[in-house]
Amino acid sequence: MITLSINGEPRALDVDPSTPLLWVIRDYAGLTGTKFACGIAQCGACTVHVDGKPVRSCITPASAAVGRQITTIEGVNDGKPGLHPVQQAWIDEQVPQCGYCQSGQIMAAAALLDRIPSPTDADIDKAMSGVVCRCGTYPRIRKGIKRAAAVIAQAAPLGTDNG
Amino acid sequence: MGKWTRRAFITAGVAAGGVVVFGVAIRRGDRSDKVRGLVAADGESLFDVWLKIAPDNTITAIIPHADMGQGVHTALAMMLADELDADWSTVRFEEAPAHKEFANYSLAREFSAPAADFPAWLIDSVDGLFFRATQMMGLQITGGSLSVRTTGQIAMRVTGAATRAVLLEAAANEWQVPVSELGAGDSMIRHAGSGREASFAHFAPAAAALSLPDKPSLKSPGEFRIMGTSPPRFDVPAKVDGSANFGIDASLPGMKYAAVKAAPVFGGRVLAVDESSVQDIPGIRKVVDLGDAVAVIADGYWQAKKGLDKLAVEFGDGGNAGAAQDSIFSQFADELDSAAAEGTAKSDFVAGDADAALDAAVQVLEAEYRVPFLAHATMEPMNCTAWVHDDRCELWLGTQNPLGFAQQVAKAIGIDESQVILHNQYLGGGFGRRTIDDFAIQAARIAADSPYPVKLVWSREEDMRHDHYRQASISRFRGGLDASGQPVAWHNHYVNKHDPEEAPHIPYAIADQAIVYSESETHVPWGFWRSVDHSLHAFFTESFIDELAIAAGRDTYEYRRELLAGEPRFAAVLDLAAEKSSWGESLPANMGRGIAIHRSFGTIVAQVVDVEIVNGKPRARRVVCAVDPGYAVHPDNLIAQMESGIAYGLTAALYGEISISGGAVLQSNFHDYRMLRMNEAPAIETYIIDGGGLLGGAGEPGTPPVAPAFTNAIFDATGIRIRELPVSKHELRLKDVEDVA
Repeated sequence: MITLSINGEPRALDVDPSTPLLWVIRDYAGLTGTKFACGIAQCGACTVHVDGKPVRSCITPASAAVGRQITTIEGVNDGKPGLHPVQQAWIDEQVPQCGYCQSGQIMAAAALLDRIPSPTDADIDKAMSGVVCRCGTYPRIRKGIKRAAAVIAQAAPLGTDNG
Repeated sequence: MGKWTRRAFITAGVAAGGVVVFGVAIRRGDRSDKVRGLVAADGESLFDVWLKIAPDNTITAIIPHADMGQGVHTALAMMLADELDADWSTVRFEEAPAHKEFANYSLAREFSAPAADFPAWLIDSVDGLFFRATQMMGLQITGGSLSVRTTGQIAMRVTGAATRAVLLEAAANEWQVPVSELGAGDSMIRHAGSGREASFAHFAPAAAALSLPDKPSLKSPGEFRIMGTSPPRFDVPAKVDGSANFGIDASLPGMKYAAVKAAPVFGGRVLAVDESSVQDIPGIRKVVDLGDAVAVIADGYWQAKKGLDKLAVEFGDGGNAGAAQDSIFSQFADELDSAAAEGTAKSDFVAGDADAALDAAVQVLEAEYRVPFLAHATMEPMNCTAWVHDDRCELWLGTQNPLGFAQQVAKAIGIDESQVILHNQYLGGGFGRRTIDDFAIQAARIAADSPYPVKLVWSREEDMRHDHYRQASISRFRGGLDASGQPVAWHNHYVNKHDPEEAPHIPYAIADQAIVYSESETHVPWGFWRSVDHSLHAFFTESFIDELAIAAGRDTYEYRRELLAGEPRFAAVLDLAAEKSSWGESLPANMGRGIAIHRSFGTIVAQVVDVEIVNGKPRARRVVCAVDPGYAVHPDNLIAQMESGIAYGLTAALYGEISISGGAVLQSNFHDYRMLRMNEAPAIETYIIDGGGLLGGAGEPGTPPVAPAFTNAIFDATGIRIRELPVSKHELRLKDVEDVA
């Protein structure tokens, strides 16, 4: 038995604590937005936030996340209604194709914007090169991040969306 | 197993499926009765099998294709809605159930009458040869860049137009006015004279009782109001909030999980399994010996995976352990040598007398190119959830070929095909891989002996080592130039032909050509890989024409352009790519620029790649893409597909190599089968020409030209001609640096 905080909710789960966080989130907590693709931290499809930082859940034992805040794609907008600016930008730029990697892309992008509100192309390269997209949506991901950055910057002074 | 071509694939489907009777788009004796229970709720009016109108005036297009990111649901619904004069904001879609009435005859038509062109914008009859051919085939395949071209053109547009006609007829009957006085628009019917108007839904029940016209008139491009625009895709919102259900996301009460490992060497069998090696691992339910693979079932996937890793199992090699990368290429080279010596090469395309023209040529160039096997590496590994209960088998998975899968699963577990119920989910990448049913058969066999549903998930390693691969090949060329440098002879001899048939053919005006091939089978399973044979032949032919241009001392764009004088559509696409790339303007010394053009699946694509050489490594900085698909139904989605095809082809050109050692695949995961990443992705600009005529495909044609455009650019920068992919095997140096040194 292990207790994890996932998207702000405490979850008591009957699972071996050495199990990778990915499988605990998917198979035990039932949140399937986080994806399995490589299992060895080579592709980033499984990216979630642990205490706000992007983490590859496929190689992170669940025990390492005990007592910390786990955020998945389902909770990326901090429990607020509507979409995170990155998610909205993904719709506006029509980013996804097959969509399988996009939870990981969005989690990586949201963490980037949290750290660097106006990222340069080099910042984007650095933060996003760990997340593989086989459909090649990279040019639209780049545009999506810049669009979301602009939306967040506009909203921030009013304290409505970023506080 | 012998060589598989798409034609053989279809024939196999026919053999497995027996004789299936189904109509073409519109036939008297409406087929809607056969599927109404499957797709239509109470109060909904169904037109043929493709269109529903609900009492709230919602229009639903029923789409017989799977979504794997190519936007097919949106594009096809647009084609139906436009002809219907529907209000796009109330148009929805449903994916058709795996049922024969929804079988698409598109591939059937493509292969039964490949030379019979449809009139561009008016399909006046879909009977005759085509109908007879489709009667025999039970296909519901997503592939071949065919969905818009055939299902869209025939099923969607014709049904939309025919339904509009019966709605108008029903309105004319009710209002007692001539049809000619009625107009349709925004899902309403209006009578200008009286000012009356009513919704499609109002007339739908009466209209559904009327006979759909066999030959409804279709719009011309100038009349399109929805086609040619780029509305947001239906599938995008669910793909940004984690709610899109892929095969791997299936969940059933009491479900268990399975991990599987097949004999590493293709053709190998399980020799011995020691179940006691995993019996004390908690959560393990059982071990299943599938003959050529073993599976471990457990309460959780991670437990199953750990159990499988610990399981003591011995595999045989099926006598294939001697096969290695070098031996496979030696086998190919020997086959080419002996076929050339003995004159036994098979003819692919011959015009004039290439040998005589080569003898007469002032200059003869020879070159040999090689490409390796390639895996699909979809982001979502192969997986399938199977539940065998009450003499039925239910499957949850992503497939490009639901009817084919259902047939083969039924056969594998000995039940009737009608008892296989397939729930198709979003596909986390297809690229051809999800036309192969191996993983679904495994899941069904595992579940057949289990009292619970089982979700089988392949590891990435299993996915990479048990794919069905793009073929490796060797292609040899001899080209002859006359005194002015014009090509007068083209001789090409390559290994292994699959399809499409025209993949090795060139658009250039060279009078004497001999394109021939030899077969040299390997034990490595073959599969459709995005653009199939085009993926290799575009690299071969567009590299060699580049070599001829260089040998002639000519600009590589202008040389191609002169040889395309008789092909105005090719010429226009090539010109557009050159113009938008600022072809001819000088580049920094560490950069090079290359061009290539290729037609596949009815769409012509030219690309110009700008490459930068940094520390001996090539980096594609910019790709300018010009594309003529005939008509872009959804321009933004066409652009997205070009971007996708370019990334897929560039990944393969730069890194893609599956190599064989001891009969098995050496690579295992993304660290040794590398993917293009954000920091390596070029900027891409796409320009569209609506050249008219038949519609071309979108999903595949972006892939073939990028490899040669990239390697031609590398030659421009370095003077090094890449004749063997992937590029990452080669050491590169800038030619200017070399000259200075």
